Amino acid sequence: MLDGRGSVKRKLGARLWLSGTWLGLMALLALLAPWVSPHDPLAQDLFAGRLPPFWVAGADPAYLLGTDSLGRDVLTRILHGARIAFSVALIAGLATAFVGSLLGLLAGYMRGWVDVVISRLVEIWMAFPPVLFAILLIAVLGTGLTSIIIAIVVIDWTRFCRVVRAEAMNQSAMDYVASAVVAGRPRRDILWREILPNVLPTIVALLTLEMGIAIIVEAILSFVNLSISSDAPTWGGMIAEGRTSIHQAWWVLAFPLIVLFLTVLSFSQIGEGLKDRFDPVLR
Amino acid sequence: MSAFLTVNNLSASLHGYDQRVLRSVSFSIDTGEVLGLVGESGAGKSMIGKAILGILPSAIDIVEGEILLDGQDLEKMKPADRRRLIGATAALIPQDPLTALNPSRRIEPQITNRLVDILGWTKANARVRALELLNEVHIDNPERVMASYPHELSGGMRQRVLIASAFAANPKLVVADEPTTALDVTVQKQILRLIRELQARHSTAMVFVTHDLGVVSKVCQRLSVLYGGKIVENSSVAEFFDGPKHAYSRALLAATPKYTDPEASLLPVDEAVIEAAAAEVLAADREWRHGG
Repeated sequence: MLDGRGSVKRKLGARLWLSGTWLGLMALLALLAPWVSPHDPLAQDLFAGRLPPFWVAGADPAYLLGTDSLGRDVLTRILHGARIAFSVALIAGLATAFVGSLLGLLAGYMRGWVDVVISRLVEIWMAFPPVLFAILLIAVLGTGLTSIIIAIVVIDWTRFCRVVRAEAMNQSAMDYVASAVVAGRPRRDILWREILPNVLPTIVALLTLEMGIAIIVEAILSFVNLSISSDAPTWGGMIAEGRTSIHQAWWVLAFPLIVLFLTVLSFSQIGEGLKDRFDPVLR
Repeated sequence: MSAFLTVNNLSASLHGYDQRVLRSVSFSIDTGEVLGLVGESGAGKSMIGKAILGILPSAIDIVEGEILLDGQDLEKMKPADRRRLIGATAALIPQDPLTALNPSRRIEPQITNRLVDILGWTKANARVRALELLNEVHIDNPERVMASYPHELSGGMRQRVLIASAFAANPKLVVADEPTTALDVTVQKQILRLIRELQARHSTAMVFVTHDLGVVSKVCQRLSVLYGGKIVENSSVAEFFDGPKHAYSRALLAATPKYTDPEASLLPVDEAVIEAAAAEVLAADREWRHGG
């Protein structure tokens, strides 16, 4: 029957709260960026260049977090950058999870030649330096949001594939799978209805991690100027620009970096928190 | 009519190895009869059960022999037909109740799936049947158990659910793979009684895999003693406990702990007996190679 644990509702925990709040806030601001941001992200004002953030002497209160060397508002660009970062995180993360998990499930459950083909492919894939791979891909596909998303999926599906394959193999060895086989359930049914629900917590944890990684990859590509057009407000692009004027205007580098850091950290933390919460065995 | 399940000359080996792990195993079971498969760890008892149900690990190949279920040779059937036949006529009571239920699904679908998917019952009928079965295995609050997740149930409860689920489709053959090994002694007794009760009521043919001769004497009518994947003795339970024919069976019986003399009965099996049994297995292998 229900035991003591079953009836007690667990608290959400600080980890889940903090990361959830930050991500929720950023997602909301990203969604509303065109309406809430104080300036135009692309508007340059050379007379208002390198203005410091509001608490430093010489600041203009209209530019809360200061301006970069071309006089563009840092806060506005961070908010618009969040739009790009969150789109990449969501779309690339989900697509990567889908491709990698599907192949991993098939390899781990079907074994045999399917496993041999997929596993060798993963090994070959992983021997290739990922950033170089991405740069090469962008060079072929051309810059733009779609290219970045495709590049992330192509680089990172192996991350899901390996872990999900191992987990699917683990689950396949359980007696409940043997019972389902004896009961005459079709293989496809066993994979989707018996094994997948038990692999799902792992996929979700990986997915949130991957969302953080996707944001970092996008930032790296922006940093080397291979992301979207060079004046588009991306966090990586802002960091790259800020690097050149670090001694005169630290805020151009610091603010996008802090936001990037907190966002990626929150993604990984929310994954762990969710896993603890929804894993049927840990629950 | 001949026996309901006949295993003829069944041999299996590890994939890519010449060495056999099942050595020309033959036995048969009639409807309503319980056959015990006993032997030490690694003797191949569970493997025989798995071979019958078609759930051998992929690393093990059946190299010869036939398994006749209700007159049909399973090894010659198409995989899909075989799966349907097994699904409709046979069931498994697994060893470990902790991993034998899917942790992320409620109990109800885990019992009714087979009825709905394989036998084409309606959901409502399957639910009625499941409740009836849970009553049959003496679960007090079947409604609540059906809505529970496995981790909310105790080990004994889960094993009851598994037994209910095994008997759900009125199977003609049940393979019980050490069904009480993972349970503590008091629960073991209840579960054994339950299995025997259901087996008798449904007059199911049953393969009972165990290493516990005490359990065999309570549940089975006949038993086969295995050593190294070879059956060294087939006899009725009465004959066996009167005096086993094979030296290895005698040693196995002597090694069963006795309450009256716990010290003496815990001695290991005599070295010479093991050597003789091993030699017998090797001789059988030589003969098999020359014959085949």
